[in-house]
Amino acid sequence: MVSFSAVAKRYPGGQEALKSVSFSLEAGELAFLTGRSGAGKSTLLKLIPAIERPTSGSVIVNGQNVGALKRGAIPYLRRNIGLVFQDQKLLYDRTVFDNVMLPLAFSGQAPREAARRARAALDKVGLLARERSNPIQLSGGEQQRVAIARAVVNRPSLLIADEPTANLDAESAARVLDIFVAFHQVGVTVLLATHDQALIERYGKRRLHLEAGRIA
Amino acid sequence: MSAWLRQHRQALASALRRLGLLNAVVIGVALSLPAGGYALLESLRGVTGRLALDTQLSVFLRPEAKRSDADSLGKVLRADPRIARVRFVPRDEALAELSAVQGMPEVIEALGRNPLPDAFVVTSSPASLETLAADLGKLPLVAHVQADAVWARRLAALAAIGRLALWLLSALLGTGLVAVTFNTIRLQILTQREEIEVSKLIGATDAFIRRPFYYLGLLQGLVGGAVALGIVAAGLWGLNREVAGLAQSYGSSFRFGFLSPGDALAVVLFAGLLGWLGAQLSVSRHLRDIEPR
Repeated sequence: MVSFSAVAKRYPGGQEALKSVSFSLEAGELAFLTGRSGAGKSTLLKLIPAIERPTSGSVIVNGQNVGALKRGAIPYLRRNIGLVFQDQKLLYDRTVFDNVMLPLAFSGQAPREAARRARAALDKVGLLARERSNPIQLSGGEQQRVAIARAVVNRPSLLIADEPTANLDAESAARVLDIFVAFHQVGVTVLLATHDQALIERYGKRRLHLEAGRIA
Repeated sequence: MSAWLRQHRQALASALRRLGLLNAVVIGVALSLPAGGYALLESLRGVTGRLALDTQLSVFLRPEAKRSDADSLGKVLRADPRIARVRFVPRDEALAELSAVQGMPEVIEALGRNPLPDAFVVTSSPASLETLAADLGKLPLVAHVQADAVWARRLAALAAIGRLALWLLSALLGTGLVAVTFNTIRLQILTQREEIEVSKLIGATDAFIRRPFYYLGLLQGLVGGAVALGIVAAGLWGLNREVAGLAQSYGSSFRFGFLSPGDALAVVLFAGLLGWLGAQLSVSRHLRDIEPR
C-alpha cells in the first residue's frame, strides 16, 4: 500500500529532515510512527499525499510513484487518502455537517447521496447529534473527531494522522484512537504518528520509530 | 444531472453569495461614462448624418434685386453643370411659408412689410458643394449663400473626434474594470485562504478551486454593465426632459435615443468579459501561492 525506499528529504535552506527512510506498509495494516519532536514524523507523513516531494528515493502509494506525480494528478491521489492533522484544519465559517461535506463537493456527488455519506461518517465518530453546530462550539476531542469524519467520508483505503491526540486529554485521546482502530478493523490501512508511548503499548501494533532521519 | 453541471452550479451559487453590490456599482459608474457618451454621439450622428447628406444650398438675393434680375440669375444657375436642380422661391411665397409658423404672423405684422428676399434653392453633388457655395456668393445680386451641410459636416468631424476620445476613455475604463476585478478577486482569495488550503489538502482540483472566482469576476462585470445601462437610461431621461422643451421651441422633436438593443447587450457582455479576464489574471497570479505545507 505504502512503500518508502531510501527516501531523503532536505528542505531549502539545508535542513535535512529525513536521511534515508525505507519501510513498507501492507494493505489493511495499522502502524504507529513514533519519534521525538523534530525527528521528521510530519515530513514523512507529508510525503505520502505529495504535500512535500522527496529529495531522493521513491515513495510509492497504491502503486503510484508519488514523487514523480504531475501536479494535475495530485488531487486524485489525495482523494484516496484520508488526512487528519494535529490542528484539525476545520473551517469555522460553516457547520460540522458542511465541513464533512467539503470533500464530496469536489467529486461531484449527488447532493442526497453526499448528505447520506456525511451523516454516516459523523455517525461513525459519534457526532451525528452535533451536525448543525459550528466546530468552534465543540471540544478539542470532538473537533478531532469531525476531522476524522471528513477524512473518511470519501471512503479512502489509506488513513494518515499526524499527532491526532497531541492536544487531547487521556479520555478523549483514547476515544479518538479507538476510532482509528475501528477503521483498521474494517480493512483501512492506517498510519498514525504519535509520541504517546502508553497508547502504543496498549494496542500492541507495529511501530516505526524515527531517529535522526532514519527508521530505527 | 451530471457531476460537471452540478459543480458549475455550485460554483455559480458560491460566486452569487460573494457578489458585492458595491463593486458592481463602481464598475457601473465607470462604464456609464463611455456608454452614455456613445449614446449621445449616436443620437447626434443621426442628425449630422442626415444633414451632411443634404446637398442643398439656399441662395438669397439682395433686397433691391428685381424679378427680372432673379430670372436672369436663374438662367445662369441652370446653365451651371455642377447644379442638378434649381427651385425659385419668390419672396411672397417665402413670406407665406413663414406666416404658417406659429407666432410669426404677429412678428410680420409688426414689420409692416415683407422683409424676405427672393431666393433659390439649389441642389448639387456633395463633393462640389463648398466650392459652389463660394462661387455663387461672388455673383452680383447674391446677398448670402447658406449651406446647412457645411456646418453639419463640421459637426460630424467634431463627433468623429468625440468618438475617438470615447474609444480612448473606454480603453482606460476597461483597464480600470479589469484592475478592480483583479483586486476584488485577490481580496476574495485572501479571505478564503484557509478554505482553499484545506480544499487542496483533501483533493480539490485547481479547476474546482478556480471556478467560483471566474464566475465571480464574470458576474461582477455583467452586473456592472447592467448598472451602467441603468445610469445611462436615467441620465438620458433627465436630459431628454430638458431637450424636449428646447427642441420644441425650434419646432423639432429631437430626443437623445437610448443605446440600441445590440449595443446595450454588447456593453453588458463586454463588461462581463473584462470581469472574467480580471478574475483570470488574479487567479493565475494569486492561487499558486497558496499551497498547503
